[in-house]
Amino acid sequence: MADATKYLSHLELGEPDQTFLDSNELIINMGPQHPATHGVLRVILKLDGEKVLGTECVIGYLHRGVEKIAEHRTYAMFNPYVDRMDYVAAVSNGLGYCEAVEKLLNVQAPPRANYIRVILTELNRLASHMLWLGTHALDIGAITPLFYTFRDREEILKIFEKYCGARLTTHAFRIGGCQYETYEGFEQDVSKFLKFVAPKIGEYEELLTTNRIWVERTRGVGVISAKDCIALGVTGPVLRASGVKWDLRKAQPYANYSEFDFEIPTGGNGDTFDRYMVRMQEMRQSLRILEQAVGKIPEGPIMAKVPKVIKPPVGEIYHSIEAPKGELGYFIVSDGSTQPYRLRVRPPSFVNLQALDLMVRGQLVADVIAVIGTLDIVLGEVDR
Amino acid sequence: MLDYVTSYLKSNTTPGQAGNIFWALVYILLIFGGLSVAVIAMNWLERKILAHMQVRLGPMRVGPHGLLQPIADAIKLLIKEDIIPAGADKLVFWMAPLIVVTAAFTTFIVVPFGPAHAVTDMNIGVLFMLGVSSLSVLGVVMAGWASNSHYPLIGALRSSAQMVSYEIAMGLAVVSAILMTSLDKTGTGTLSMIGIVQAQYAQETWFVFKFFPLGLIAFFIFAVAMVAETNRAPFDLPEAESELTAGFHTEYSGFRWSLFFLAEYSAMIAVSSIAVTLWLGGWLRPFPHWLSGDTWDFIFSLFPGVTFLFLAALCFRSTARMPRHPYFKVQTMGLAGFGAALALIGIGLFIPALRDRIQDIYWFIAKVAAFMYLYIWYRGTFPRYRFDQLMTVGWKVLLPTGLGVLVLTAVWGVF
Amino acid sequence: MPDETKSPTPPPTGEPRGPAGSPNPPNVESVPAQKPGAPAAVPNPAAPGAPPKAAAPAPPAKPAGPTPQPWDSPLIDRLKQQYGSGIEALSYLGQNYMVADRSLIPELLQVLRTEEHFDYCVDITAVHYPERARQFDLLWILYSHPHNERIRVKVMIADGEAVPSVVSIWPTANWLEREVYDMFGIAFDGHPDLKRILLPDGWKGHPLRKDYGIIQQDNEWVQINLGIESGQ
Repeated sequence: MADATKYLSHLELGEPDQTFLDSNELIINMGPQHPATHGVLRVILKLDGEKVLGTECVIGYLHRGVEKIAEHRTYAMFNPYVDRMDYVAAVSNGLGYCEAVEKLLNVQAPPRANYIRVILTELNRLASHMLWLGTHALDIGAITPLFYTFRDREEILKIFEKYCGARLTTHAFRIGGCQYETYEGFEQDVSKFLKFVAPKIGEYEELLTTNRIWVERTRGVGVISAKDCIALGVTGPVLRASGVKWDLRKAQPYANYSEFDFEIPTGGNGDTFDRYMVRMQEMRQSLRILEQAVGKIPEGPIMAKVPKVIKPPVGEIYHSIEAPKGELGYFIVSDGSTQPYRLRVRPPSFVNLQALDLMVRGQLVADVIAVIGTLDIVLGEVDR
Repeated sequence: MLDYVTSYLKSNTTPGQAGNIFWALVYILLIFGGLSVAVIAMNWLERKILAHMQVRLGPMRVGPHGLLQPIADAIKLLIKEDIIPAGADKLVFWMAPLIVVTAAFTTFIVVPFGPAHAVTDMNIGVLFMLGVSSLSVLGVVMAGWASNSHYPLIGALRSSAQMVSYEIAMGLAVVSAILMTSLDKTGTGTLSMIGIVQAQYAQETWFVFKFFPLGLIAFFIFAVAMVAETNRAPFDLPEAESELTAGFHTEYSGFRWSLFFLAEYSAMIAVSSIAVTLWLGGWLRPFPHWLSGDTWDFIFSLFPGVTFLFLAALCFRSTARMPRHPYFKVQTMGLAGFGAALALIGIGLFIPALRDRIQDIYWFIAKVAAFMYLYIWYRGTFPRYRFDQLMTVGWKVLLPTGLGVLVLTAVWGVF
Repeated sequence: MPDETKSPTPPPTGEPRGPAGSPNPPNVESVPAQKPGAPAAVPNPAAPGAPPKAAAPAPPAKPAGPTPQPWDSPLIDRLKQQYGSGIEALSYLGQNYMVADRSLIPELLQVLRTEEHFDYCVDITAVHYPERARQFDLLWILYSHPHNERIRVKVMIADGEAVPSVVSIWPTANWLEREVYDMFGIAFDGHPDLKRILLPDGWKGHPLRKDYGIIQQDNEWVQINLGIESGQ
């Protein structure tokens, strides 16, 4: 690697301050409780006046030892824990976990279950992006989109509630398929929702995309190049906005994403505005997938033949999916018993947050908040 | 006694010019009271209008449709504990809100609600207003300093830097308007607020339309600068909650904080008054020359009464839509009573004697109210400018444009 | 409900044990022995006609499940040319991985990064096998964007043995290695800032080790910092 030190934060390097003698360097703490850090995240900023010289993220305030707990729960018992990591996109977490265990068991979920899974996962992607948009706009100062997106997100949560009884931590899927059959009127609800939400996404764009203050606050802020993204392991919309057209739904399809026709939006500059546009386009692509899926749910069983006691054979597996935040991976080591020997969750927000330092170096303090918002992190997933 | 009152009411000079201290005091009390009512109304209006823009309802419980919410807020603020930070400079801490409020309220001495309806008509009215409103910067800095905490200090410095920068742009826009006042027959301009409106009347055009588009550009410059001057969205970085520095009034609580809040709204109304006076014709009704004559005067004089009746009708409509449940009985009656009061005022404004006198005040307040609505609209729509972008707009965009408009106005006016 | 694990290949005759040199997770030998003595959860009762007192234990009747298969590819050929027997390339359930000798790190990883274009380090993690001599399995999960290929590289290290850090190869390893250090106590040489990441700085113990109980906590830290007797 040419210059590996470029990725290391000024603080981490621990070098003596190399500014002028009467330096204006100030170390400011964006404490764990802060309206704009989307959870309990502590960011220590080293500032020269308004300019950020380096940052250090202190995480772990929400660490609950999920991986240790997994070693003491059976595979099915662990399923609800998975929702609590990225609690905003719980359905995706569940999908990744169930698919990982199914791989380990070498079973395939039946087609009907796959369709239901895809529909719920894409609805969840929409909900996650809507929440991201509302909170990100709020941090930058536009207080109105928050209410619009939350109102529309309510409709998605209503569908989830009707399907599995929970709005947020849905525990929607089971190992081998789905437990719940779609309720009476599920397809109509989803179709009605699709018609309802398409113009709403246009509303959000109308409020923000051409708003010159929004553009000035986001263009050129938090730029990260494609090379840096890959080097730092950043995935998800952040990577795509830097120009890399890579989405696990297309590169290594899971569930039955290969049957659907959708595009992967990318951006050119890797700045905050591009990430905003990529996520808006992703919302539209999710609508496209939903439209294709909702009409064609096949009949059939929703659960594969999976033993009542899940004892995968000895072995290891790594399975990852494209969660709304990036590549969410599960590495499971099975020792043949009913409980995983080791379960590792590869959290996209954790790895994406590493890029914060590179993205805000040289920018102003107000941009730090914009960049944290644009990375779309959920502390539940960062800390597990 | 009655003669004294009526004799004064027939006069057409301001109490200041007439040297009449009694009436000056009456006017001051009226303005003070009116301003307080206006601030309370603004509080309610802001919360309701912002809420409706955000697809929600806003306060609904405290009084029918939240009409008593501002009063509840005021009571809450009054009974809060008065906290002074430990190392704070007590005198400065105490004085800062006073200075800000005093500066904001003092500017209203020269604000003209009508040709003779000002406390006094100084011949340097505009200069006085701009100067006194600049004093609030001092209060802001004092507040930040006295808080003995570096976040409010940084916020205060930012806030004051912002206010000072935008005053320059405001000043240039104001000078362009003043230049336009000199284009009447006498050839001399005037800085007096009443004089400016009379100049617009004499030149038969509002200055916003004069020398099109120069008047318009000057008006826009002032409109943007006044939002920045009062630290309102989209220029509210120094007092936004999600930024690191929490603003100069962080350490203030209870009544002291409410003084800042009062001062902010009063300043908004004050600078809107300047804008209305300078560009939008002050108290003049629309088209005083084009649609002149007794019938038109009569029609326009019906507007105040009709406005109040319209508001009363809205109240009655809301009353009819109240839920029919015993818990809502008091609220329904309250709303109906409020509507009835508005209707009475509206009917009262049809009385000929009152109708004529109230015209000017009504048009002035209506125009200022439009500006207040714009303020709230901006808050709901725009994200916040970053501080360096804010200063860029002030210095690199508004200032050169203001200078250009000034020069062009001067050139045009000469030829 | 009878077991129906569909194995991709016909059940091999050998035991479900990998080639020599790569000790499997510890319970392999005990698995066949466990089955007959297993509690009633063993899915035999539903099988019609099969008496619960299995004279013949179930295992021979059911296929042994998937086993790691050797993984051949041009990539492995090239690596084996360079490193010979230090690498063992296997494939389990379609996922390719290699078990490498500890001495080959970090050269092997550097080669994978620069010559084989595995430019994205997906994850670094570890597994603890306390009964083994070399207790930890340290894994790098790598992905190549140009080839759309994902592999795992595994080494086995002993307790207390330090591993070279790969931060200079993949900068993303910074936090990933800190987490491995935090949870397992594996030190990484050359890491710029190796300190705990998820747990508080003064915490004693490495939770994901098998000898750290699930409700164990560093009582001392809790008492000093939180002022309470215990977090439980």
